[in-house]
Amino acid sequence: MSTSRALRQSFALRAGSTGFLVIWCLIAAFPIVWIAVMSFKSPVDAFASNPIDVLLGPETRAQGKGLTLIDILLGLTLLWASIKMAMNWLPGKVEAFTPKDWLLIGWLVGAGAFALAFLVVFFGILPRVTGGLNALLGLEPIIGVSSEHYIAVWVENAFYRNFLNSLLVTTGVVTVSLTVGTLAGYGLARSGSNIAFWILIIALIFRALPHSVLVAGYLPVFINSAEILRPILGENAPTLYGQPLAVIAVLVSINQPFTIWMLRSFFQNIPAELDEAARVDGCTHFQAFRWVIMPVMWPGVITTGLFSFLLAYNDFLVTSLLLDAQNQTMVPAIAGYFNRETTTTDQVEAVAAAVSITAPLFLLVMIFQRQIVSGLTAGAVKG
Amino acid sequence: MKFKTFAAFVGPSIFLMLVFIAAPLISVFMQSFYLTQPVLQAVEVETCTPGFLTQTCTTEIKNQPILDEAGKVVTRTEFVGLQSYRNVLEPEAAWAAISSGRIGQLLTIDFWKALRFTLTFTLITLPLVIGLGLALALAVNNAAKAIRGQVIFITLLPFIITPVIGALSIRWLFIGDGILTAGLEWWLARDISMFAQGWTIELLMLFYRVWHVAPFAFVVFYAGLQTVNQDTLESAIIDGASRWERLRYVIIPHLMPLIIFISLIHLMDSYRVFEEIVGFSAQAHRISLQWLTYDLLTPDDSGNRSISRASASAMLTMIGIVILLIPLLRRTWADHKGAGH
Repeated sequence: MSTSRALRQSFALRAGSTGFLVIWCLIAAFPIVWIAVMSFKSPVDAFASNPIDVLLGPETRAQGKGLTLIDILLGLTLLWASIKMAMNWLPGKVEAFTPKDWLLIGWLVGAGAFALAFLVVFFGILPRVTGGLNALLGLEPIIGVSSEHYIAVWVENAFYRNFLNSLLVTTGVVTVSLTVGTLAGYGLARSGSNIAFWILIIALIFRALPHSVLVAGYLPVFINSAEILRPILGENAPTLYGQPLAVIAVLVSINQPFTIWMLRSFFQNIPAELDEAARVDGCTHFQAFRWVIMPVMWPGVITTGLFSFLLAYNDFLVTSLLLDAQNQTMVPAIAGYFNRETTTTDQVEAVAAAVSITAPLFLLVMIFQRQIVSGLTAGAVKG
Repeated sequence: MKFKTFAAFVGPSIFLMLVFIAAPLISVFMQSFYLTQPVLQAVEVETCTPGFLTQTCTTEIKNQPILDEAGKVVTRTEFVGLQSYRNVLEPEAAWAAISSGRIGQLLTIDFWKALRFTLTFTLITLPLVIGLGLALALAVNNAAKAIRGQVIFITLLPFIITPVIGALSIRWLFIGDGILTAGLEWWLARDISMFAQGWTIELLMLFYRVWHVAPFAFVVFYAGLQTVNQDTLESAIIDGASRWERLRYVIIPHLMPLIIFISLIHLMDSYRVFEEIVGFSAQAHRISLQWLTYDLLTPDDSGNRSISRASASAMLTMIGIVILLIPLLRRTWADHKGAGH
């Protein structure tokens, strides 16, 4: 869009809108950045009332845990380089190496491999290199930083188990929800019948239901499901309460209304002539869907998949009520930390757990930012 | 598309929604009229305490649950009609409070307290979210192309963060003598404790929700702004429309469908406000309708879940959202009839 003279703005307006954006960015990022900073400090520093103490961490430094100038410089360079790589280099590689139909899986594998490589380099190789350099140059730490809380959370409190449960639930929800949702979304987009309209309206009402209403319906059935299902399934009837698979089914269904609405509007944007042409050539509806629509539907599917991911990953209510302690996912597990917040160490461990939960989301936005914005532009907005 | 093909495409999704949304709704509806309780029997129990010369023995009649052969508590389910609803709504106490004009009294009953908070929460955050989202979209659209990407990235952070964690992160800034509380105390020169009274917590919860949802409104509005017709804008300028008039008469009407879309989503989402209560540990001061049901569903100290009261509260919550949605559904229905497809 070219700015014509008439559309040009006064200086005051420009300054005002820039100032507003700066203030907003501070407010938006501050709580998240701050808990990330807190999680690396000893409890005294983390809850100090002077912000400079929290940033520099004198107590933590006094304990001999800290970063030298070289650590900081090398760390920041590596971080910046990986962000640049994730933004510019990774998407091209993923698209070059995966066949068209497997783009989603290619993305998942690519992002996973990148994250793993980053973790190995950043936490495995970098500390050794900087450790050697520091010893060589005899540098003293200038900022107090300690990873003790992360070790306490992940190793001692076995947070990795919750992480694996989260991984299982989110992967399950995203896969099933997209498979079922794309089919339904396509069907709804290509059918102008009254039934399709009513299905969408009922889905809209379902979308509005508070989740606790539904959970109130599942709980008694899930707890007693072994007895209820025994006449049908015999002795092997499972107790659904505490089963991650049952939670996946529940979250997929709760998410279905939103998924089909969103995918429907994406499919409406794909010209119907495309599949009509395929039908004229003798394809059935399913063949047309498989060979003509599937190759062009990925932008919409990725955006919808992101929302499914967020729902499954961020859910507290359903998972905390329907899963027992052994199968707990990460978000409800954190409630265990702040319920026993007795000492400040516990509190900082809770902060570290919170940051651990946020980190994957942070990466996700970094990689998929363009998809979120352009996906919403193309799909939901016009629907 | 033939009906059979349509059914094959839509079938799995419909099946899931029927089994996991429609069926639980019906079962919640039924449950709310029934009450399952352990069957009690009166047992005469003699307890003796050792005493000097003779033991002191007392006999009392205790109610004990009957156990079956497997050692499980025998339960009985009976039809109680509207009793569970009465337990949740407490109509006598509520009516007494209303007729004597003491609203404060009414708000000591859990359900009415939750309803009050949920409704004010929904209605206060709605205009704030729309306003902030629109302002952000206009400002980002105004900003230089080079910085837009970074600004959008930062803006999306509050939106994707796990709600409980987002609430916690704000709570940690204020808890005890957290840096923001310390900052406020220094600024106002008085002692402040953000979590000691209801209204400050409520303020933090409102702030959190706007912080969390405004980015979503922003992304949608920003996407909408990209499709504003530049020719219409230019002709408005030629007609002498000021910047404000262009916003009011060209841009906002163009964004109207999106504003309705965001309002609808926000209405649904903030009506089920829940994570804030958990994150800010606000249950002592402020509770929401969804939290009320959640609380009734969590096992109490003796391990019982009050399913029937939870069902009644869930049904009442549902009636609330249906009432809020009726105007909108009528509109959609009118559109559908008007469009005639």
